Amino acid sequence: MRLTLRIWRQKNATAPGAMKAYDIDGVSPDMSFLEVLDTLNEKLTLEGEDPVAFDHDCREGICGACSLVIDGQAHGPERTTSCQLHMRSFRDGDTIDVEPWRAAAFPVVRDLVVDRGAFDRIIQAGGYVSVPTGSAPEAHATPVPKADADRAFEHAECIGCGACVAACPNGSAMLFTSAKVNHLGALPQGAPERETRVLDMVAQMDAEGFGGCTLTGECATACPKGIPLTSITSMNREWLRATRKSGRR
Amino acid sequence: MARNVWDSTVGKKTVMAVSGLVMLLYLLVHMLGNLKIFFGPSDYNGYAHWLRTLGEPALHYEWALWIIRVVLVASVVAHIVTAYQLSRRDIRARPVGYVHRRARATYATRTMRWGGVILALFIVWHLLDLTTLTVNRNAQPGHPYQNVEATFHTWYGDVIYIVAMLALGLHVRHGLWSAAQTLGVGSRSRDRALKTVATVVAVVLAGGFIAVPVGVMTGTVH
Repeated sequence: MRLTLRIWRQKNATAPGAMKAYDIDGVSPDMSFLEVLDTLNEKLTLEGEDPVAFDHDCREGICGACSLVIDGQAHGPERTTSCQLHMRSFRDGDTIDVEPWRAAAFPVVRDLVVDRGAFDRIIQAGGYVSVPTGSAPEAHATPVPKADADRAFEHAECIGCGACVAACPNGSAMLFTSAKVNHLGALPQGAPERETRVLDMVAQMDAEGFGGCTLTGECATACPKGIPLTSITSMNREWLRATRKSGRR
Repeated sequence: MARNVWDSTVGKKTVMAVSGLVMLLYLLVHMLGNLKIFFGPSDYNGYAHWLRTLGEPALHYEWALWIIRVVLVASVVAHIVTAYQLSRRDIRARPVGYVHRRARATYATRTMRWGGVILALFIVWHLLDLTTLTVNRNAQPGHPYQNVEATFHTWYGDVIYIVAMLALGLHVRHGLWSAAQTLGVGSRSRDRALKTVATVVAVVLAGGFIAVPVGVMTGTVH
């Protein structure tokens, strides 16, 4: 396959960026999208040009490092991560636009790399359970109903890649935050911090400068892990409940 | 608690949802009341007069109407202020857009903001036209039936009204479903039902309102 990649190039956080076109030949339909970028980078290095910076790690679709907006869609045309997107999803001769996640809370570091520290700070605000970590607890001490375990696991699938923010027209982090709130909220271990968790995480999400939710559904469509849009509904319910119960001012 | 609600994006959306539902409830009653026009001038004018005597003798003449107006103004202001603040925040959250643009979301979803502006402008026009009668030529105070006819005998009266009611239908279609999500009553099993309810309410509401100018134009109301 012969492709033209138009890639966002930006030297550093403060430098102005622009789209730059690169022709690339000999692409196999079985290559992953990141392998095409690797191939391009080898070529650029040999030619003495700076390689394209992009985030990647496991390349198995489970770590959440890769973060490419491909042809205006977070992670591209398939519902998976950029690393699991294969070139068979494109046609010979295609021109493909590759851009970084766009959000005020995710500033561009270089080229296609953005700083997703805002997500870490949302987690630090309440995305945890406080448990003693000495010896392992007795396995049957805290029974978890199967339905609750399934629900917790469904939301625990969130890999924190940020595709929801990238896809949302408002740059909102509601789907990410709701996945974390619902994951821990479904389990008995998460019950003691149930109210403070949702209030603190939503407050941190707002403080990071993410937009609000207008329920366009773009986030859930882009999510490579299939976190449902109703996850946001559940978090809204949790937030209203916590606001009533906590009496916080 | 009030501070907590107002400072949060989730809280502001709650204010939007509740104020929107208050206005929607009013509109449903308003639309049903309007349909009395098809029973003739005495029914319609009698109904309009009854609205003023509503709640008597516990309430004074027109008090019920004024209570409703105060609640509505509060809802409109709350809805617009939260929408404005949240929209500004949303725009700031994506300072640099994507080079590769594509159509996002449904038409009803994408037009919520401008649709809302159209509705706000329409409310101003509508009050000047049929409440204060400022812009209504041939209007007589105390004769709502004749005033409605006068409005819909002008081409611009029909166009403004019908366009606004179509915008209302679109706004309600996304807004009602969204309010359910914001207030946390949605769920995966209920989602299809909620979407259907929102669509049906939107169609019935817009259709019921539009029936009046259509009735005047076709001569059913005369």
